[in-house]
Amino acid sequence: MIRMPAPDEAVLARRSEIVDALRRIVPGEGVIDSASERRAFECDGLTAYRQLPMVVVLPETTAQVSEILRYCHANRIKVVPRGAGTSLSGGALPLQDGILLGLGKFKRILEIDVENRCIVVQPGVTNLGISQAVQAQGLYYAPDPSSQIACTIGGNVAENSGGVHCLKYGLTTNNVLGVELVMMDGEIIRLGGKHFDASGYDLLGVLVGSEGMLGVVTEVTVRILPKPPGARALMIGFATIEGAGHCVAEVIATGIIPGGMEMMDHLAIEAAEAFVHAGYPLDAAALLIIELDGCAAEIDHLIAAVEAIASRHGATSCRASQSEAERLLFWAGRKAAFPAVGRLSPDYYCMDGTIPRRQIGTVLQRMEEMEAKYKLRVANVFHAGDGNLHPLILYDANRPGELQRAEDFGNDILRLCVEVGGVLTGEHGVGVEKRDLMGTMFNDSDLDQQTRLKCAFDSESLLNPGKVFPQLCRCAELGRVHVHAGNLRFPDLPRF
Amino acid sequence: MIVLRPSNDAEAQDMIGWAMAENHPLEIVAGGSKRALGRPPRTDHQLDVSRLSGIVDYEPAELVMTARAATPMADIQRQLADQQQMLAFEPPDWRKLLASNAEPTLGGVLACNLSGPRRLRAGAARDFFLGFAAINGRGDAWKAGGKVVKNVTGYDMCKLQAGAFGTLSLLTEVTLKVMPKPETSCTLLLHGLADDIAIPTMLRALNTPHEVSGAAHLPSPAARRSSVDAVANGLGGATALRLEGPPPSVIYRAAELEKLLGHGDRLDAAASERLWTEIASVESLVAGRERYLWRLCPTPARAGAVVQAIRARLASADALFDWGGGLVWLNLDAEDAGPDGGAAIIRAAMGQIGGHAMLVVAPEALRATTPVFEPASATIDALQCRIKQGFDPGGILNPGRMWEGR
Ligand SMILES: Cc1cc2nc3c(=O)[nH]c(=O)nc-3n(C[C@H](O)[C@H](O)[C@H](O)COP(=O)(O)OP(=O)(O)OC[C@H]3O[C@@H](n4cnc5c(N)ncnc54)[C@H](O)[C@@H]3O)c2cc1C
Ligand SMILES: Cc1cc2nc3c(=O)[nH]c(=O)nc-3n(C[C@H](O)[C@H](O)[C@H](O)COP(=O)(O)OP(=O)(O)OC[C@H]3O[C@@H](n4cnc5c(N)ncnc54)[C@H](O)[C@@H]3O)c2cc1C
Repeated sequence: MIRMPAPDEAVLARRSEIVDALRRIVPGEGVIDSASERRAFECDGLTAYRQLPMVVVLPETTAQVSEILRYCHANRIKVVPRGAGTSLSGGALPLQDGILLGLGKFKRILEIDVENRCIVVQPGVTNLGISQAVQAQGLYYAPDPSSQIACTIGGNVAENSGGVHCLKYGLTTNNVLGVELVMMDGEIIRLGGKHFDASGYDLLGVLVGSEGMLGVVTEVTVRILPKPPGARALMIGFATIEGAGHCVAEVIATGIIPGGMEMMDHLAIEAAEAFVHAGYPLDAAALLIIELDGCAAEIDHLIAAVEAIASRHGATSCRASQSEAERLLFWAGRKAAFPAVGRLSPDYYCMDGTIPRRQIGTVLQRMEEMEAKYKLRVANVFHAGDGNLHPLILYDANRPGELQRAEDFGNDILRLCVEVGGVLTGEHGVGVEKRDLMGTMFNDSDLDQQTRLKCAFDSESLLNPGKVFPQLCRCAELGRVHVHAGNLRFPDLPRF
Repeated sequence: MIVLRPSNDAEAQDMIGWAMAENHPLEIVAGGSKRALGRPPRTDHQLDVSRLSGIVDYEPAELVMTARAATPMADIQRQLADQQQMLAFEPPDWRKLLASNAEPTLGGVLACNLSGPRRLRAGAARDFFLGFAAINGRGDAWKAGGKVVKNVTGYDMCKLQAGAFGTLSLLTEVTLKVMPKPETSCTLLLHGLADDIAIPTMLRALNTPHEVSGAAHLPSPAARRSSVDAVANGLGGATALRLEGPPPSVIYRAAELEKLLGHGDRLDAAASERLWTEIASVESLVAGRERYLWRLCPTPARAGAVVQAIRARLASADALFDWGGGLVWLNLDAEDAGPDGGAAIIRAAMGQIGGHAMLVVAPEALRATTPVFEPASATIDALQCRIKQGFDPGGILNPGRMWEGR
């Protein structure tokens, strides 16, 4: 288990004074003090980690957020922002000596601007809520995490979330135009707007994916897109994972970027089929769901091209959806893969590494060896188009030692991802979960630069500390200037 | 002046370390094609990184390319074209604009976050920037991001480097996401639309599901100067909408758009490519007399209003609209523009509607006295200062390039 920083006893001792101060800022029920009510906030989607927050505050206005942060800054109190709490990496895990700042009451859609193809919303609006708000106009918000019914746009911005459509339409970062941000010292700033690009440093760009550590987002402007006129899905079975992998590679090398391209392995196919009866081929070692969208002429053209590629790579079955209902059925199994796998086992642990796609065979082979070593099973679902793996490790937390074995197994998988040229996380974030693995990808100097960015925003390291970085921030030390004089062999330099 | 020419990262690191220790600010130069972009840096010495060149790894099926930062764009484009791939952000060639015949490099394009017409659909340079190796102003070598297309491990430092104009770190190696080239393309031309009709027309086209991948409006003066006959010879201004994809799809979508917006000319793939290259490089606004060129990114639907407000006070303003109105190029007569190059008038007009304006082409003296980049609020400015201070406390890397005195 990852250890969180030791709580500040002086802050804990002042708990009731802090609660009173918060009540003066957010009157009424916005401050949650009782242990039983705080319990609802003790973990996010990474449920193996739990911690009761010192106090929960649910502000309703930007001015309140600003006042809360100004107070916490002045009194050196830590703050953990939270959206819907669906993070799978422990990003919203509370701190014993920290305030949990919930954005759940920021639920309003502020402006739908069809002309400029954008929508302005508060951060507690759900991802799906945005698409629903503009559905009547034939528009939608493209990034679609599987958790979209629940997760908030504020959380999406903090995690730079993706979804099955992000291969073609981009991650959160590619679809956010602007934010209102409250910094740790209470200052309110606006980054971006309805226009393109930034002048000066791209602060909006670094904010997206910063896991709640640079500021609290209180308003978001995102791009909305016209819905494609149509979409059809292909469901293709393969006798080997390699066959499916080669098919994916050739689809892309041919120049086709499908709306979605997902892979499932045998165990995931079985689980999903048993759960939703989508008609998945139970004899297949790997299943691809490839969605092609656009006008009918384009879809027909691309379906024919993909079918030809699939048969060249030894597809054992191939079905194209003939109706919207059938397309949704093909997806239903994939979208329910997590709960479906959840039925196979009391607990599962979802991993999120990305690998260069050509390594898929090697990685799955090595994972099979690890299954034997750790005596735990893995089901794989995979955003095949962009190489983002979601191995689901099945375990039972009630059996002594299994959680630890699942974590060790997961860490080995992530190390393997890095070893073959990939990364620790494709969309779920580092959070608490992968914090201590950061060193497998980055050396101290790399992490120092990231920390320098953090220090520019939050020099006291009060916002969501203990996440992402294996070491707590040392802003003063990093700010110092070390001069390495005299190590330049100056006379040898070419000059003119 | 000393020109330092490192042949590898270690040498570059030594040189920056020396510059830091001896307090010698450096101007980073790769190809040198964009030296006239931004404020003129005030440095005694140059760090010429042109030897940090060459494609390191290119895996077409992974959609990923890694190259040394000073690899010429021409090499990159050639390798990609061989595999029917491209940089989807359509890096524009600004050599004519900046009166340079030097060779643009990949690092320079990323450092300046330069994107062409497809930016409105595909995203900006920064959106395709996956990872890098770099050296900060302290002489620390560091890296960030990765070599795969999907990655959220740690802060997205690529975004910080893109558009920082080399003021935070020297990029030595970069990894990019590349995309397949569309099978074909065509451009619909509508003639004779006034600005205030053309912009809503473009926005309407962008709001259809027909995946318009370029939307530009050339008012008649700009249209007259086009090298594409159908644009130059049309009556009045020309409004151009680009469609790309598989041939049956492009044909269908073109017909649908024409049903909606009216019939004009259709440019075939070759003419279309010529037109969009010309729009990207702003060639039809490069005029002979002494003129200043501004680049505005307003809220798209307000582009016409902004230009109108500016033209009410600067009658010489000659405009070109790209990105469906999200990008406006303004060419001002130097005399008309006054001593600040028109900054006060332009920024007052932009301030009403949101967005930013950059002075792109102007004599060095003017770029030294007029803020080239949009001035930020005091809070954001202080934040940018702290970031610069963290990465480059000695002010060694391109000082003065973005802001006076740092
Ligand atoms: C079943 C399931 C499926 C999932 N599928 C996907 C998927 O397909 N793709 C994907 O990318 N993710 C997926 N996730 C992960 C998760 O849903 C996303 O990371 C989501 O963006 C988290 O949003 P949230 O509102 O729940 O944020 P929380 O979990 O509450 O918080 C996440 C992080 O954001 C910060 N934060 C939240 N709000 C703000 C704010 N307003 N300002 C500043 N920081 C803030 C928190 O401090 C924390 O660090 C899935 C999760 C589950 C449980
Ligand atoms: C085929 C055709 C179709 C038409 N359809 C319509 C229509 O659907 N709706 C409608 O309202 N009108 C329509 N018109 C009328 C046409 O739009 C008007 O003539 C228009 O107001 C003139 O605008 P212009 O952009 O051509 O400017 P010009 O006549 O060229 O403008 C006069 C001067 O102003 C300058 N100028 C104007 N705008 C700019 C700019 N943005 N940047 C730089 N210089 C500028 C130029 O220097 C020019 O010399 C149509 C005309 C034709 C020929």
